[in-house]
Amino acid sequence: MTSYNTKYETHTHDVVVVGAGGAGLRAAIEASSQGLSVALVCKSLLGKAHTVMAEGGVAAAMANVDSADGWQTHFKDTMKGGKFLNNWRMAQLHAQEAPDRIRELERWGAVFDRTPDGRILQRPFGGHTYRRLCHVGDRTGLELIRTLQDKGVHSGIDVFMECTLTHLLKDGDRISGAFGYWRESGRFVIFNTKAVILATGGIGKAFKVTSNSWEYTADGHAMAYNIGAEMIDMEFIQFHPTGMVWPPGVKGILVTEAVRGEGGRLTNNKGERFMQNVDPERMELSTRDIVAKAINREVKEGRGSPHGGVFLDISYRGADYIKKKLPSMYHQFMELADVDITKGPMEVGPTTHYTMGGLRVDPESQQTNIPGLFAAGEVSAGMHGGNRLGGNSLSDLLVFGRRAGLGAAEFAKATQQFPSINDADVEKAIVEVSEPFERDKGESPYAVHRDLQDLMQNKVGIIRKEAELHEAVTELQALKERARVCSVEGSRQFNPGWHLALDLRSMLIASEAAARCALQRKESRGGHTREDFPEYDAHWSTVNSTIRKDGDAMAVSTSPLPEMPSELKQLFEEAK
Amino acid sequence: MSKQAVFNVYRGSQEGGDFQEFTVPVEEGMVVLDAMHYVQGFLCPDLAVRWNCKAAKCGSCSAEINGKPGLMCKTRIDDLPIESPVSVQPIKSFPIIKDLVTDVSWNFEMNKKITPFTPDNEDVSSWRYYQEDVDRVQEFRKCIECFLCQDVCHVIRNHEQKPKFVGPRFMVRLASLEMHPMDRVDRLPFIKEEAGIGLCNITKCCTEVCPEDIHITDNAIIPLKERVVDEYYDPVVGLLRGIGILPKRNKKKP
Ligand SMILES: Cc1cc2nc3c(=O)[nH]c(=O)nc-3n(C[C@H](O)[C@H](O)[C@H](O)COP(=O)(O)OP(=O)(O)OC[C@H]3O[C@@H](n4cnc5c(N)ncnc54)[C@H](O)[C@@H]3O)c2cc1C
Ligand code: SF4
Ligand code: SF4
Ligand code: FES
Repeated sequence: MTSYNTKYETHTHDVVVVGAGGAGLRAAIEASSQGLSVALVCKSLLGKAHTVMAEGGVAAAMANVDSADGWQTHFKDTMKGGKFLNNWRMAQLHAQEAPDRIRELERWGAVFDRTPDGRILQRPFGGHTYRRLCHVGDRTGLELIRTLQDKGVHSGIDVFMECTLTHLLKDGDRISGAFGYWRESGRFVIFNTKAVILATGGIGKAFKVTSNSWEYTADGHAMAYNIGAEMIDMEFIQFHPTGMVWPPGVKGILVTEAVRGEGGRLTNNKGERFMQNVDPERMELSTRDIVAKAINREVKEGRGSPHGGVFLDISYRGADYIKKKLPSMYHQFMELADVDITKGPMEVGPTTHYTMGGLRVDPESQQTNIPGLFAAGEVSAGMHGGNRLGGNSLSDLLVFGRRAGLGAAEFAKATQQFPSINDADVEKAIVEVSEPFERDKGESPYAVHRDLQDLMQNKVGIIRKEAELHEAVTELQALKERARVCSVEGSRQFNPGWHLALDLRSMLIASEAAARCALQRKESRGGHTREDFPEYDAHWSTVNSTIRKDGDAMAVSTSPLPEMPSELKQLFEEAK
Repeated sequence: MSKQAVFNVYRGSQEGGDFQEFTVPVEEGMVVLDAMHYVQGFLCPDLAVRWNCKAAKCGSCSAEINGKPGLMCKTRIDDLPIESPVSVQPIKSFPIIKDLVTDVSWNFEMNKKITPFTPDNEDVSSWRYYQEDVDRVQEFRKCIECFLCQDVCHVIRNHEQKPKFVGPRFMVRLASLEMHPMDRVDRLPFIKEEAGIGLCNITKCCTEVCPEDIHITDNAIIPLKERVVDEYYDPVVGLLRGIGILPKRNKKKP
């Protein structure tokens, strides 16, 4: 149902899914299969979400290649990789349900690489005990998103492409809708709905060196935070060990872990395989936090490559093999860096990659603390704890996308009447979103964004310390003020400057949460490293960091980790 | 002073527009998309550009650079003759929205018309098929939907023929479904009639621009044309099939 007035158009759906990556698409398919009307809203064109960029694979204990694998081992690997800060129930559900989600994808038309006996092939990856990553060369995300997209468009879902949401709306305590604008025209749009699923991805665009696209501006985090949703663990940001470091324009672009999965070796400028000293057992396939820090150290101590990285070499595998298993890496280096990876090493260094923290959700239904508001995929938190294993995100999207779709559908079915939209909230949203046009002497939002990226990179980056984090918190306040009064040129029609001015506000909230949580957590664990507290700490291993909006201020605190039941604890005992 | 390049970027909308000149400092290894970001960041914040991955993986940043269709994130500035200004304009086959952004929604409509993958049996755990069975299908599934092939296809550029033809992108999609070893739907009537395969006269312009090196004509369109011919235009085959002497067409030919 659609209605129009002079200021905005209104659409009514049982469930609104925000984000059309793997999590959003899978959620929308599920909710729609429950017989409900579903809107799927996304900032880009359909099929272009971040998920399309995923390369190495999707983790699921199918045991096609290593028959000893099973959900228990996958569960244990995930908890260990997450340094036991994970929500155990999410890690368990994920490990148990991932294989079914892969089979379902195959039934919907995904074509994975095959084993010699005609089943789905699996490759090794960091932190996974067995060969576990189902893959399609190094373009697994494309396969996943295209399969879901083709399934989705035939499921009767109403898709709203290039439509950015900026505000969630409430009726009393519960969710009632969302407000946003069409990128193309700048026209405002309102969704009236019983349930909202956020699947908006991460926050990586707040950093300078990042593998993330322009869409990763933390909109979901910010929209939910602004209406009272709780976030956790925002200090845990994954710096992927291998991004491109040269030429300057491509700095940060990902070099898939599949290069190491296929046997790639890391060396410093002395030709030493430095992972030997760090994790002799797993070597290059240690977890990402460990490899990233090892690379960082090599570079800092003067053993780096000419452009400030280290060397990663797969060339010994031979040109045919590389072109078959890592075709897009081959082209990426050939075309963007003039490096032939079949003949010699590439230069790589850490890049901001993934946000472990995010919205706190119920593990079964993915509901946040706001009734009717659900979250899945990278925007949600708990599943990966302090550090995510490669391949565990794509499977997370499928497992919890489906669960969020179900959870929201049940919630919507139990809701008789559509909640109402509060006109005053809408008016307020319109004013906030239009403001940047009212000013003509402010700074360009691009200037503010550049400074934010520098700040986060330098002071809330891979190695953190107390004094710098304090400075970061203070400087973020100043940036907030600059963002508040920045101004934009031109019209509302497809205006990236205006879009950035609005996205900036979201990035600033997520950045502040990351800085404040990093300051609070006085230890090093996974994706959070404190130079002044380099070790694990017993107290900090029992709590999640929590973030809530308290009036105009941000309240950061802790909450106890949910305790793992004894039968799961036992799994770790047996291994000893 | 560092090296500079001049870009003539199309700025406009449905109401018309013109080229605007921007001077951009050039670093080693820079791509055209970097230059457009520089323009947005320092010279013209409302320049409309689509992009996501900056690594030739999402197919968002298609444009015509010095008249040549390509991905902006894959086009190196050091490969361009920067002694003279470089022109950057939107792809031409689709209506402009603003600046470098065009309305490609027609493609999404075409996709919806195609009957999706429909397997022989639902019990996937029993499925066995081999890498060599799907090498070709995987080639087609590399498509990043940049629509550059749609942009250069003269059938789509022809206003009368466009409504009768789905374009090379969707021939690739149809081929990926038709050649999937587990699919059981017969899309040949659609390929012949609605998809309009007969309109393609194998100029291969589409193949030349494909950033994913998909052999659109040789591997997708020509085999589909052969299947259509085999099915519809061979009266002898048709007759023998009709009276049951030849088996019905098996779309999974070896
Ligand atoms: C280069 C790269 C390689 C990777 N490789 C792997 C891998 O091999 N294996 C693995 O498991 N993981 C990998 N990851 C991580 C994984 O791809 C992501 O974590 C995952 O795809 C996130 O999916 P998502 O569904 O949560 O969000 P996304 O796919 O990012 O989708 C977010 C969606 O939200 C929409 N959106 C955002 N804000 C708004 C708003 N305000 N209004 C409307 N819509 C909005 C966007 O338009 C988009 O559609 C990789 C990541 C990168 C960057
Ligand atoms: S080969 Fe066919 S589809 Fe390709 S550009 Fe030529 S006419 Fe179009
Ligand atoms: S077939 Fe090639 S050119 Fe056409 S849309 Fe796909 S990737 Fe682009
Ligand atoms: S930005 Fe993704 S293909 Fe160019």
